[in-house]
Amino acid sequence: MGVTALAMLASLAVLAVVGPVLWGPAADRPDPSAVLQGPTGGHPLGTDHLGRDLLARLLASTWSSLLPAVTATLLGAAAGVTLGALTAVVGGRTRRLLGAFINLLLAFPALLVAMFFAVLFGAGARGAVFALAVACAPGFARLTQTLAAGVAGTDFMAAARVLGLRRHRLLRRHVLPHVAEPLLLNTTVAVGSALVALSGLSFLGLGAQPPSYDWGLLLSQGLDRVYTEPLPAVAPGIAIVYAGVAFQLLGEVLAKAATRQHPPARQTGEPAASPAPTGRRPAGADLLLEVADLRVALPAGDRTIRPVRGVSLALRRGEMVGLVGESGSGKSLTALALADLLPDGARATWSAHRFLGADVGSLTRRERHRQLATGMAMIFQNPASAFNPALRIETQLTEAVRAHHGIPREQAVEQARVQLQRVALPGERRLLRSRPFQLSGGQRQRVAIAAASMMRPDLVIADEPTTALDVTVQRQIMDLLRRVRRDDATAILFISHDIALVADACDRVLVMYGGTIVESLPARALADGARHPYTRMLVASVRGLTADRESSPPGLGGAPPDPGGTAPGCPFLDRCPQRLDRCAAEIPVLSALDPHHEVACWRPLPPTASSGRPETEECDT
Amino acid sequence: MATVSARIGALSRRHPWAVFCCRRAVRLTVLLLLVVTASFAMIRLVPGDPVRAALGVDAPPDLVAAERRNLGLDRELTAQYWSYLRRLAHGDLGVSLVTGEPVTELIRARLPATLRLAVPAFVCVLAVALPGGMLAGIRTRGGRRPRTELTLTVVTSVVAGVPDFVLAAGLTAGLAVGLRAFPVAGDLGPQSYVLPVLALALAPTAVLLRIVRVETLRVLAMDHVRAARAKRLPAATLHLRHVAPNTLTASLTVAGSLLPALIAGTVLVEKVFAWPGIGSAMAQSVVAQDYAVVQASVLVLGSAVLVANFLVDLALALLDPRSVIRET
Repeated sequence: MGVTALAMLASLAVLAVVGPVLWGPAADRPDPSAVLQGPTGGHPLGTDHLGRDLLARLLASTWSSLLPAVTATLLGAAAGVTLGALTAVVGGRTRRLLGAFINLLLAFPALLVAMFFAVLFGAGARGAVFALAVACAPGFARLTQTLAAGVAGTDFMAAARVLGLRRHRLLRRHVLPHVAEPLLLNTTVAVGSALVALSGLSFLGLGAQPPSYDWGLLLSQGLDRVYTEPLPAVAPGIAIVYAGVAFQLLGEVLAKAATRQHPPARQTGEPAASPAPTGRRPAGADLLLEVADLRVALPAGDRTIRPVRGVSLALRRGEMVGLVGESGSGKSLTALALADLLPDGARATWSAHRFLGADVGSLTRRERHRQLATGMAMIFQNPASAFNPALRIETQLTEAVRAHHGIPREQAVEQARVQLQRVALPGERRLLRSRPFQLSGGQRQRVAIAAASMMRPDLVIADEPTTALDVTVQRQIMDLLRRVRRDDATAILFISHDIALVADACDRVLVMYGGTIVESLPARALADGARHPYTRMLVASVRGLTADRESSPPGLGGAPPDPGGTAPGCPFLDRCPQRLDRCAAEIPVLSALDPHHEVACWRPLPPTASSGRPETEECDT
Repeated sequence: MATVSARIGALSRRHPWAVFCCRRAVRLTVLLLLVVTASFAMIRLVPGDPVRAALGVDAPPDLVAAERRNLGLDRELTAQYWSYLRRLAHGDLGVSLVTGEPVTELIRARLPATLRLAVPAFVCVLAVALPGGMLAGIRTRGGRRPRTELTLTVVTSVVAGVPDFVLAAGLTAGLAVGLRAFPVAGDLGPQSYVLPVLALALAPTAVLLRIVRVETLRVLAMDHVRAARAKRLPAATLHLRHVAPNTLTASLTVAGSLLPALIAGTVLVEKVFAWPGIGSAMAQSVVAQDYAVVQASVLVLGSAVLVANFLVDLALALLDPRSVIRET
């Protein structure tokens, strides 16, 4: 596209320069013997009412059509940018006044403004240029104002103001350089539309006046005889469109180039094949969800990242399992893969995946859809964005049961009311009529829990449901989740980065690191029975959980592994205090230490931490 | 100042709708005054003597003087302005300098013809671009069907780049003169609406379609759509209930901003099709230097743009009540 745009512009530039020289004399030579002729060999586009060759006139007027457009745009841009940039450096009240002024100017379409001023300035090329400059200035002013408002809020502007820099200096040195790029882009596009508008003015008789001529005037003259000869009208039209598209294309190319300035670093090499999962549990009748060696691949630019690299987990009915890990460890993508909600382009693979007793791989799309619709519900992290802002709470609570259970509206609303009472939200009637933005974050998350339990699902996946809430609300939400689980025997997969919260609420904890599960253990063993060095570090970072409050917790030094990385060894290698040579070469697999405890480490820590077990339990109770 | 704005802030929290409507009404009034003043100033600011220009160089001096008196050009400027406002309030726009007919009559005869073009054109733009853009967004989301996306980008940018009067000329040459499928000019029944409406609607449709597509892609990537997907609703429900309303605010804002350009575009398109509307009246009177008609056309077209903007703002506020609160 870039090549096309440049070629088109180059052809225009060449025509503009050589056109008047090459075809100028021919364009002005009248020929009384060949007046108003149609296209012939000698005159490919025909001749006008004085017998002048129309092709020569069209080519010769490239300069007189383009130059005014460019001039008008530059004039308008200069005026508009100055006006807009001023808003960034003047005081509050002046800024408001200027903003209101720009808004007033913008209320009128540019073409109408241009016509008005063209009449005022008098018909003619110069008047049209000034009129167009006036007409396109407000657009530039608004763009600059918006961009400059962004700059005005930055720290360096505050610093510059504190230093007492003068206004014009502020403008020139600090505001304009930071808004130059989008303005340049806008100028390119504006030249295209100025060209069109100018042709429009000429077409109306307000632009170029005979004997001078431009494309718009040629079009207007050609249109008078369009009934007999279409070509004299169509050819100038094509010229106008050609130039307009050329500038438009250049604008798009520049915009694309601006967004592609920082391409992602290229990653070469394929990830090492990881060993087959061995820590899989045997399939059991009471298992609600079972997945083995779940992997997720996401395209990012021109490489593929693998945020989930072989997760195996199983949930029993009515069980509450915590999935803990730092951000970027792959928890949320694991959840989304389980719910078939991965973003576009992401691909999930597994060696086994059973949900509600059915092998997911062998289900048809329809069956899988049905299964997820009735068997699984999700609660998302941010209650502010998880609801549709335009819909009433009532609709959002009832739409799923109405769609999948075919329940009539009244009955569904009644059900929703019961659910809202259960999550301790009074005034259900008013609440059902309200929209999400009228509720607080805590209220919204309660509604989300109510919505999730509307379908009485077998499994609720709660993806960091309390992270966006404050501590007291967090506790209430946790209580609610526990109650849902107790009352409906719903299994809950609770995803969090907060290990204290998980230890408190869940039966079992899965610790995730670098896209794999590194340890699976009962929640009550977390405080002192963790065997993986990463789990130990997580536990130690939460003071309340450790018995020994005197020693300072070792912080989590280092950074989590790159999800695009291809190193063959243990993902925790770089941060591990006790790595072996084997750790760099081979990924440790999740293997059972006892029936309830699995760990993926070549050298698990000894069972007891620095402090004794009895003391810890005293401390916890 | 601070206490006043604090008081307005308190008021807007309690009655957001009242404050919103007041603000919009004040804005509309200010803008209308601006248009009236501009149209008044126009005839006084044109270079040379507008009366002489309209009547011709060889018009007798006493006729010119009479016409000047008739227009009130011989009096003091403020007095002229007041009498202009007074006459405007009574629906008197003066008489044409060329034909001597009352301009009000001309406007009354020609405005409906313009509306008969502009309204169907706007309806066409919405009817094609809103569903089309959404469908395009859904089909090309997440980088699917890159070839469809490329075709769409190229076609819409070319169509959007074609100015309406050039398109009108092209359509006339191709469909009316070449194929004789439609009348070339004038209002001769339903068939003669096809080309002018098409010429007016095509470019805004392309612009709006692109914006609706981008907007649909943005909404499709939002958290609440993922939450709605988690409910496994049927595709039609998901898109019409959870995606469409949220694309509508931005799409209609853009559509509203296209409306004034569309009204202005009627001037050129009407000239091409010799449509008996207010735009062609303006184009003719500009050439004939009949400033009384130009003045009235500027006034009518400018006011039409402002009223259209005002209505679009109100419609948006009704559709998306948050915008009322955001603004106040």
